[in-house]
Amino acid sequence: MEIDAEYDSGSDVDSKRRAKGKNKPKPAARGKKAKADSVEESEEEEEEAPRKRKGRKKKEESEEESEEEQKGRRKKAAGSKKRAVKKDDSEEESEEEKGNKRKGGKKGASRKEKEEENNKEKKGNGKAAGKGGKDKQDDKDKKKNKGKNSSGSSSDDNSEDESMSEGEMARLKEEVEEKKKLIVTLRNKPWRMKRRLKCLKEAQAFVEKFEGALGKGKGRRLYAFKVMMTKVLMGMPYGSIARKTVPRDEQDSAMDFSVLFEFGVICYCLIWIKLLTFLQGYCKYSIMFYGYYNNQRSIGLLQFRLPLSYLLVGVGIFGYSLMVVIRTMARNANEGGDGAEEGAFTFSWKLFTSWDYLIGNPETADNKFASTTTSFKESIVDEQENLKDENIHLRRFLRVIANILILCCLGGSGYLIYYVVKRSQEFAKKDRNELTWLQKNEVEIVMSLLGLVCPPLFEVISELEEYHPRIALKWQLARIFALFLGNLYTFLFALFDEVNAKLDNEKEIKNETIWALKEYYDNYTLHHNVTENIPPPNISPADVIRGPCWETEVGIEFVKLTVSDIQVTYLTILIGDFLRAVIVRFLNYCWCWDLEAGFPSYGEFDISGNVLGLIFNQGMIWMGAFYAPGLVGINVLRLLSSMYYQCWAVMSCNVPHERVFKASRSNNFYMGLLLLVLFLSLMPVIYSIMTLPPSFDCGPFSGKDQMYDVIMETIEKDLPPFMADIFSYASNPGLIMPAVLLMVLAIYYLNAVSKAYQNSNMDLKRKMQMQRDEEKNRRNNKDSTNQVMKDLEDLLPNKSLIPPPSAEETEKPADQLSKSPKVTGKPGAAATGKGVNVKKDVSLAAANPRAPVTRPPGPRPPGPLPGNARGPLPGQGMGRGRGGPPPRR
Amino acid sequence: MGNKQTIFTSQQLDAYQDCTYFTRKEILRLFHRYRDLAPQLVPLDYKNQPEVRLPYELIGSMPELKDNPFRQRIAEVFSEDGEGNMTLDDFLDMFSVLSEMAPRDLKAYYAFKIYDFNNDDFICKSDLEKTLNKLTRNELTEDEVRMVCEKVIDEADLDNDGRLSLEDFQHMIMRAPDFLSTFHIRI
Repeated sequence: MEIDAEYDSGSDVDSKRRAKGKNKPKPAARGKKAKADSVEESEEEEEEAPRKRKGRKKKEESEEESEEEQKGRRKKAAGSKKRAVKKDDSEEESEEEKGNKRKGGKKGASRKEKEEENNKEKKGNGKAAGKGGKDKQDDKDKKKNKGKNSSGSSSDDNSEDESMSEGEMARLKEEVEEKKKLIVTLRNKPWRMKRRLKCLKEAQAFVEKFEGALGKGKGRRLYAFKVMMTKVLMGMPYGSIARKTVPRDEQDSAMDFSVLFEFGVICYCLIWIKLLTFLQGYCKYSIMFYGYYNNQRSIGLLQFRLPLSYLLVGVGIFGYSLMVVIRTMARNANEGGDGAEEGAFTFSWKLFTSWDYLIGNPETADNKFASTTTSFKESIVDEQENLKDENIHLRRFLRVIANILILCCLGGSGYLIYYVVKRSQEFAKKDRNELTWLQKNEVEIVMSLLGLVCPPLFEVISELEEYHPRIALKWQLARIFALFLGNLYTFLFALFDEVNAKLDNEKEIKNETIWALKEYYDNYTLHHNVTENIPPPNISPADVIRGPCWETEVGIEFVKLTVSDIQVTYLTILIGDFLRAVIVRFLNYCWCWDLEAGFPSYGEFDISGNVLGLIFNQGMIWMGAFYAPGLVGINVLRLLSSMYYQCWAVMSCNVPHERVFKASRSNNFYMGLLLLVLFLSLMPVIYSIMTLPPSFDCGPFSGKDQMYDVIMETIEKDLPPFMADIFSYASNPGLIMPAVLLMVLAIYYLNAVSKAYQNSNMDLKRKMQMQRDEEKNRRNNKDSTNQVMKDLEDLLPNKSLIPPPSAEETEKPADQLSKSPKVTGKPGAAATGKGVNVKKDVSLAAANPRAPVTRPPGPRPPGPLPGNARGPLPGQGMGRGRGGPPPRR
Repeated sequence: MGNKQTIFTSQQLDAYQDCTYFTRKEILRLFHRYRDLAPQLVPLDYKNQPEVRLPYELIGSMPELKDNPFRQRIAEVFSEDGEGNMTLDDFLDMFSVLSEMAPRDLKAYYAFKIYDFNNDDFICKSDLEKTLNKLTRNELTEDEVRMVCEKVIDEADLDNDGRLSLEDFQHMIMRAPDFLSTFHIRI
């Protein structure tokens, strides 16, 4: 910039004139101001100063300016003028104009920006002067507004110092920047450590040497900030807690048992969600159940609003979980091909990624070798017999049968649960002491048992179907999913029945209470003849008539369910895995067949089943947490303990799956399930919050018609009135409907866009494949690499082996063709030389009969043929092989 | 952490930090792991960068590597002399690349080198066969090995030169869902 300024000032008046002239074609946006002020442009001296100032400022800022600009400017600046000269100039000017200098405080910012714009537009087409003029006008404008405070001299000195090495400086700065970038990314370079260290040292030395000499002030500070930020951003993950803790906990499972990795990760995720929700609950002096909480509007000095926060936390958990799940899914989708190319690299992936470098245990390594080998063998077999369908009808029949059986199982289990829940309601009406433990816990036991028995049953049934293991796994998962979900929902419906019964019951109790109270007051008035200040009835809290508090009941059901689930899981592991392993191991010495290899063998660790169990457990927590906040705590304990417990069990008494089939290449399969479960568990909770009236005498919402009344109340009482207005507008259907509509439209649009991308993706993929195939074919057909050679080879054998027939062959078609165009007078003559040539000739002639007609009358040159005047040389033409096909067969 | 001053200068540590994916603490831990392999060979003072090389036999006996069928290749690739004898720098290098933080590209590059047994910058059939045999402990028949190798070339060889170049390999491995989680050593 400085150069511009110097240049302008050097050539003084007329340069400015030029500047103004050139300014005209500039874009209006910039020019406007200038034009407005153009009246005042006559005072030349005044203009000098601002330009200068501007230049200086620019320089200070000029870090970002590219070299091109510099060059362009240099060019403009009086052709070959040397820097030193320019400096002199500027000095002179500064002396001349010192008197006139004015400084407009801090008008810098906006002007600088404008100048940068200018620069960009002007780059390369020598309009420095124009810009100068424009800037001048700007400056003047501002000057006028600001009044005159002269401070030119000091800043001028600065400008001279720096003007010296402007171009080099920019270059240096760029270099420094580059080096810094290098330092940051050094660890990504596949170099030897020595080279990296050397490089680092050099770069650091360079940066150190020049950074000090370079930018002062803003630019540098900005840079320092930037570097710091990158350091912070890049450095953070390496030492942060998140990174260190995650692996440590997983280590046991992951280190030696890579197949468990997936399981561990999901477990970990859930624990975190759980822990968070638990903490939120804890802050509220949480004790297990809904009913414990008070409906006092605010508590303590800090006015903690318990009911409000209860509701918000309850709903917020869903929001938070939803966000976490979706974000994880999005991240997973970004990583990896998302299964789009599944099957494209089966063998390659198997070969290069099946060894897990984490394996550091000989036994695990043996297992891995074995499983890798089997998986390879399987793939080979798959590949060999790709599709071999024998008796498809039988198979179809069997599959239908299997599905019917499974549907029966599902229906049966649903009915069983419904029946049991109904029965438990009967029991609930009786005196608790009469009931046996079994009767009290029937529902939970039945549900857990169903969860225990049905999956293996499904597995047995699915043997009928003979699907490929991967497909079979998916079916299996889907069925277990349906089972759990069905059970949960039946349970829930039965529970809601119960809740409705309780609500009726509650109404009676409520009426009774009110009646009793009224009676008490009436009696009190009668006996004591006072109408005011009646003391409240003197009943100890234990004797107060209380409603059934359905919320707590629901919470209790969920807690019972969870606890019994824990028990069943742990017992299964203890008996099904540990005991079995012990028996197999020690009875093997005195048994008639090999127990380890034969029938009972050791249990296999069923990853997908366990993950599914976790997911459902989580669903249960989501559902129950609103009515039993303590459930979250229980579940945290459960997950923590079960991680170590199961880890122990797996390590000591399980063997890995003989063949591991992941349900899906991408990790989003289970996440998708989790999302579905989250949604499904969200529904009943939200439904109950929105529709069912809370109990009148327990819980934070007692005394309200609906739970969400708390929010209304807060809005009315605690927020300023205009907020209430805003909320009332926002909740207006007229506003919500368009918002929903908008979202639907957005979804539709995004969906369409993604479809389009997908299509183009597929298209490109297909093209790539085609290209590959083509190339492959070409390579495989002949060793010749291009079309020309190939065609040549097509023709050559005929000629070289049996020359006379080829000549005849070519002559004949030539005759035929010549009839119509009547061009090639004597094809035979040409044919004497090369049969190929003749063909070529014919084809060309046929293509364009008009032109040759004009020429044949004249003497034909002996060598080249008529067509060749316009066409390619004979050799090339032949190569193209246009004449080839028709004459030859 | 009293050792910090005696083993490295803080500049050295900073430099290592800039060149690897480790923190100071991890670097020191790695140093101790390195030293524990041969306490008599490795001095406790690295300020003047002594030329110490641990032979492959020691490196390969680390629990992290000893069950890995490719341990020799790993050591060879990361060692400066190409024979598996490692200096501390090489050692840090190796675990830095194999650490969790290393980006996919870097890992893919080194994975390629590891599987390129004959160092000709291409994974050719013989390399594939070697890889496969190491991976399955020679339990596949010759026919099966040949078939697998052919399939691999068929799948991943984009330019049809009958061997995998680095680009082919990267193209293939970048899409592998398990690559990041398996090509990774925790230390």
